[in-house]
Amino acid sequence: MFTDDAGTGGISAGGPGNSAESNRRTGGDLLQLITPAGDRVSHPEFDSWVQDVSDEQLGSLYEDMVVIRRIDSEATALQRQGELALWPPLLGQEASQIGSARALREDDFVFPSYRDNGVAYVRGVNPEDIVKAWRGNALAGWDPYSVNVATQQIIIGAQTLHATGYAMGIQNDGADAVAVAYFGDGATSEGDVNEALVFAASFQSPVVFFCQNNHWAISEPVRLQSHIQIADRAAGFGIPSIRVDGNDVLAVMAATRIAIDRARHGGGPTFIEAVTYRMGPHTTADDPTKYRDANELEDWAAKDPIARLKSLLERKGLLTEDFETAVAAKADAVAKALRSGTINMPEPAPMDIFKNVYSTPHSTLDRQQDHYSRYLASFGDPAEAASEEGAR
Amino acid sequence: MSATMIKEFRLPDLGEGLTESEIVAWKVAVGDTVALNQIIAEVETAKAVVELPSPFAGVITALHEQPGTVVEVGKPIVSFEVEGDDDAAGSTGAGDAAAKREPNLVGYGAVLEGSGRPARRARSFAAPAASVAAPVAPLAAASVAAPVVAAPAESRPVVTSPAQIVPAGPGPAERPRSTPPVRKLAKDLGVSLEAVTGTGDHGLITRDDVRNFVGGGDLPAAAQELAGGLPQNLAPAPGARETRTPIKGVRKFTAAAMVSSAFTAPHVTEFLTLDVTPTMELLAKLKASRAFAGYKLTPLTLVSKAVLIALRNHPTLNTRWDEASQEIVQYNYVNLGIAAATPRGLTVPNIKDADRMSLLELSTALTELTDTARAGKTSPANLSGGTISITNIGVFGIDSGTPILNPGEAAILALGAVRKMPWEYQDEVALRQVMTLSLSFDHRLVDGEQGSRFLQDLGAILADPGMALAMV
Repeated sequence: MFTDDAGTGGISAGGPGNSAESNRRTGGDLLQLITPAGDRVSHPEFDSWVQDVSDEQLGSLYEDMVVIRRIDSEATALQRQGELALWPPLLGQEASQIGSARALREDDFVFPSYRDNGVAYVRGVNPEDIVKAWRGNALAGWDPYSVNVATQQIIIGAQTLHATGYAMGIQNDGADAVAVAYFGDGATSEGDVNEALVFAASFQSPVVFFCQNNHWAISEPVRLQSHIQIADRAAGFGIPSIRVDGNDVLAVMAATRIAIDRARHGGGPTFIEAVTYRMGPHTTADDPTKYRDANELEDWAAKDPIARLKSLLERKGLLTEDFETAVAAKADAVAKALRSGTINMPEPAPMDIFKNVYSTPHSTLDRQQDHYSRYLASFGDPAEAASEEGAR
Repeated sequence: MSATMIKEFRLPDLGEGLTESEIVAWKVAVGDTVALNQIIAEVETAKAVVELPSPFAGVITALHEQPGTVVEVGKPIVSFEVEGDDDAAGSTGAGDAAAKREPNLVGYGAVLEGSGRPARRARSFAAPAASVAAPVAPLAAASVAAPVVAAPAESRPVVTSPAQIVPAGPGPAERPRSTPPVRKLAKDLGVSLEAVTGTGDHGLITRDDVRNFVGGGDLPAAAQELAGGLPQNLAPAPGARETRTPIKGVRKFTAAAMVSSAFTAPHVTEFLTLDVTPTMELLAKLKASRAFAGYKLTPLTLVSKAVLIALRNHPTLNTRWDEASQEIVQYNYVNLGIAAATPRGLTVPNIKDADRMSLLELSTALTELTDTARAGKTSPANLSGGTISITNIGVFGIDSGTPILNPGEAAILALGAVRKMPWEYQDEVALRQVMTLSLSFDHRLVDGEQGSRFLQDLGAILADPGMALAMV
């Protein structure tokens, strides 16, 4: 039913019977460098952008993708076991996240959504810090400035404004860093994203809009949200766009490098649509079988980003037993550390809620802190209440 | 190798805010050896059917629930025999099985407290007898006393909107008033707060009320201080028979003013109880009229206007005794003071040149004055320079009192509650709207005759607003 010809170099995001079909860009312009079968196809324009990727780097891209998938499945299991309140799986989007994040420089600043855990991992966020907020253990898991990744945004698309604002700040500073906003197909229907695109275009700010079109905004299919390709929405704002196979890690890396390069050298914003697929539920509280066809999932499983890269490595003779063992060991170690770190995570002190809210202390906060500490004190010593109970 | 141990796995909240789930099928049997994260069961929640990965690596020793059973979150569903392991999942999650959980799914709104519509807390100033801040109690107690009274300094006439009069009789049942820490203490001690009488502000139940209820009110003071940290009036020391609060701020100022007034001006208080049905009918008529649409009209508005009209014929009530220069000052204007309860205590802001205002202007000024006072934003200019005052004790459901003069003024009128009472009407007993006016005046300035005639004129207007035509 659901047709998708990404394997031959083109994609139609819509289902059958879509009357807007004629308005669509179709075929030919979907950037792809590795086919689902694992063939490296050459592209006259984009090959040069990934020419420097060595066999070793190809292997480490594979390792990152395997590890983040393992982190994702471990976190899903931890949620089912009552250790996390909720978890948004990224299964299927590994190439989009790893390929793009690996194209960034250390001083570039990332503004991710809640699902961009692969990006956080590549940027050096500790996996147990990624799950911290989902355990209700902290409002945010890490210091954004330590890894140049903002805390994950739950509000759909709001981070695109933050990224644009940050990019305008880069312009004011005369620096050559780039801001990257990660968001989904559904977010492009939000006001915030449209405002961000307007400002980024007006000020020609160094920002990359990296949209992972995973085909579902919770239960809303992308074809209902947009009657043209998501990438074509950018044209309305005067922003150049690239449509890339989001399950092809090399193509994603090439597209991101092009966009980053443009932004870094005064060329302004770029919109990237990475066409991928959310193979899991929206979150652990969601049941996708209620709204989507099992055949669709099967179609996309055939285009799995990890399997594709694995085939390529195999063809190149890089998939040795030692390599596979090492990758598996790494994934196991990371998962074990994540599990242990999560279960043994120390509870935060109640007064920690006042930390990291404002950059400097001020009287209102001091007052609230004072009130709250007195409020906490009014609960009395728990031991005292227990002994009273015991005395009776 | 560490020793083996039995681990229980309790059903976690698999969605956001679920209270129960159904075990659809077990994928393992007792005696099976399972690996970490191996799927052991299928569970159906209100949102989805999900697979349950094993939280432990070990041997299944018991399946506590049969397939098809709906299990409460927090109940043990399966036990394992495992090697000693610190990283066991499920040991921390959903631990509080004892407490009854209410479903509150994310995205479906908050759970209502109690049943049906959330109870609105009546905004009541009519405090229970036990209240610490019972501003009207002295007035009420003194209302039967002789006209000349040196009332205690506690007298705190207060003005609020008559719309806030609390209906008599029992209101809708509400959760007893207390704070979260106290509710927790009560829960810890197994006390139902419905059974506890609150001694705090407005009947607030304090820690000590709970403790006293269980008979544990004699803790060492030091322990109490550690546990408390609340202001003293909220949490008096256990067993204390009195609480000492420093005299300061508005309280101190009010006290000084009241003592000075009570012991320099010889007070006379007179009462007049009358049928104000015509005034209430006029009020209803005005409210319905287009000219007054959007304005806040209350009995206080009309009484204020009546006072201003009656004053024209009785200017001696609008005077001041100037002891220093041995003169009597006759004001040829009226700055009408209105006693107001504010967050900081009693204040008597006044409306400048109220005698020159139309009824519309007066109603606007009254609304502004009370709103500003209640917000605690009255300017010092509006707090001084009053020439005569009104206090509306009727909002507390009080009939009469012996108000103490605002220092420097010759008269103060207390407005009682408007009540439906059997009353003589056209030679028959009828149910009429009746109110008592209490007028205190400074006998140095105002004789009994003048005071009485003023009160009589005021009563005449309120009994028949048309009488105003004969006075202006």
